[in-house]
Amino acid sequence: MPRYLRNLIIALVVIAALIGLDFVFQGRMISPYFVRILMLSGIAITLAVSLNLINGFTGQFSIGHAGFMAVGAYSSAYFSVNYGVNFANSLGGGKLGWVVALGIATLIGAVAAGIAGLAVGIPSLRLRGDYLAIVTLGFGQIIVVFLNNIEAIGGARGYSGIPIVKSFFWIFLIAILTIVIVYNIVNSAFGRALISIREDELAAEAMGVNTTRYKVMAFAISSALAGAGGVLLAHFDGYLNPKSFEFIKSFEILIMIILGGLGSIVGSVLGAILLTVLPEALRGFAEYRMVIYSLLLIILMITRPQGLLGSTAALKNWRKRSKGGAKSPTSPTAKSPNPTTAATQPDGPIGGENPQ
Amino acid sequence: MSTFLQQLINGISLGAIYSLIALGYTMVYGVLKLINFAHGDVYMVGAFMGFYLANGLGVRGAQMIGASADGLIARGLLGGGTLEPSLITALVVMLLAMAICAAVGVVIERFAYRPVRKYSRLTALITAIGVSLLLENGGQVVFGAEPKFFPELFGKRNIELFGGASINSADIVVLLIALVLMIALQLIVYRTKTGRAMRAVSFNLQSAKLMGINTDHIIAFTFALGSALAAAAGVLVAIRIPRIDPLMGILVGLKAFVAAVLGGIGNIPGAMLGGLLIGITETMVVGYLNPTYKDAVAFAILILILLFRPSGLLGTVAQEKV
Repeated sequence: MPRYLRNLIIALVVIAALIGLDFVFQGRMISPYFVRILMLSGIAITLAVSLNLINGFTGQFSIGHAGFMAVGAYSSAYFSVNYGVNFANSLGGGKLGWVVALGIATLIGAVAAGIAGLAVGIPSLRLRGDYLAIVTLGFGQIIVVFLNNIEAIGGARGYSGIPIVKSFFWIFLIAILTIVIVYNIVNSAFGRALISIREDELAAEAMGVNTTRYKVMAFAISSALAGAGGVLLAHFDGYLNPKSFEFIKSFEILIMIILGGLGSIVGSVLGAILLTVLPEALRGFAEYRMVIYSLLLIILMITRPQGLLGSTAALKNWRKRSKGGAKSPTSPTAKSPNPTTAATQPDGPIGGENPQ
Repeated sequence: MSTFLQQLINGISLGAIYSLIALGYTMVYGVLKLINFAHGDVYMVGAFMGFYLANGLGVRGAQMIGASADGLIARGLLGGGTLEPSLITALVVMLLAMAICAAVGVVIERFAYRPVRKYSRLTALITAIGVSLLLENGGQVVFGAEPKFFPELFGKRNIELFGGASINSADIVVLLIALVLMIALQLIVYRTKTGRAMRAVSFNLQSAKLMGINTDHIIAFTFALGSALAAAAGVLVAIRIPRIDPLMGILVGLKAFVAAVLGGIGNIPGAMLGGLLIGITETMVVGYLNPTYKDAVAFAILILILLFRPSGLLGTVAQEKV
């Protein structure tokens, strides 16, 4: 059987399965609370896997992901409020019409977020490490300030009246598409270029990889996928508030991929599910919920710094860079299973030849 | 002209507070290359410590909140004397809050950052985010989520200047205290043996270790110093604007961090300069342009500076070694 035919069949089976599950979840057989958590996990997976492309595979540390998510969410919400209703009605106004309208909205949100990613990425990807992190954080915050001030989309009061399309089908189709896109990118020549940038940017450049171009492209794709995630969120509750796209949200996505393990798609998926379920599971602790959550995060970092399923390569690289280029072939890496061996090594995580 | 002068003094006073917090960011970054996201929350803890101390010491005027449960506990613990609001009272409250927060900083370093120091910087960064979340959420549980009103530690009044401008005495006090603290820091860092060790550690941790410096102590000391300054900033902010809540540290912390980057992160005079610039620009934007964009200013400045001079105003450009 030719490869494309096989892929086509797999795709059709997945779509059929999603449609089937969609019907199952619409019936009241399964608790709506469970379905809600499941859908939120799907959105989180989209966000986490897309962030992993730039942070985990390309090694460029971005913490402004929520900003791009916001661009996608708001642009698609604007479309849905102003044109989507008519569009859905022209298709009969039923569930089908809305599912098609949501598809168009997703496309709009992803393209808008991708363009925003290009605009932010071109100037800022010249920076590295901490500085890139800070710039992306800054851009994320600026996007929020603008959202707060544009009255057409509700400003600081929030944008309400967005048609609610809780479609299990779309949420998981986008999540699976994101995983497939990122997986295929990583296992292509393009992906190898990205990984070479993560491993050693200078060496990659010397080998003829146009590092800036690849970094910007990866950043734009990652932003576009985050935008698609934002679209799903916008139509999930029918209400958007700039506050929910502050840097805390970016951190949340970042924590998901670090917890799951940088540079691991399966890890990102697990991390996304875990971080969506965990706060719900801790609901019994009422006001101590978030305290326990943050304590768990710290303990996890201390006991398992490479994340649950981390490829240690991404962390190793950060380590190397943090040494300011100091060469130490014998230095322990983060994958050292026994923390005491790492601790007794004279080679600390910081220092190096230059203080920057 | 008179409004301009007024705005300028406001801006400098706000900027001095940003500078105090930025110093903590820059010193920790200097020794550990860690963006200590929890620093803004230590500043929040400082403000709350000031609040409880003022209540516990029985500063007059603090009685109105002294009736609440936590106010009473604070009174019980500290004996509940009566103090007249005065500059001395303000200083006592501030110094005690600084001491408590220095201890908090050391505890955070010891139990959260030291165990992850041997791992990657990314791990340390996430741990810092975790500590920040812990302080914010823990603060909401311990201090209560609703805002509290900081008692007046000394009598404030408006001082008339020439040309009809008037400034609040609180602004001047804040500015003077901040100035004294920064001079003290400068003396510690450049005139003492510990300060020299700090500079050595920030220049090269490994070599400093080889030269016999107890780097663990120096790093802990750096955290103590930075946290004490953040606590001072917390009390000073509460003196200017007496409304404190457990999430007050997030945005201020971010802006102070921007100030540190603006001046050149790791550079102590740079943090002071950066703080002042951010404070003045922000006040001017509020005064003359659109106040709703006040929070974007700091980040716009940040992006411009990083794109054109990534090492900051006073930072040194590091060569990349192959």
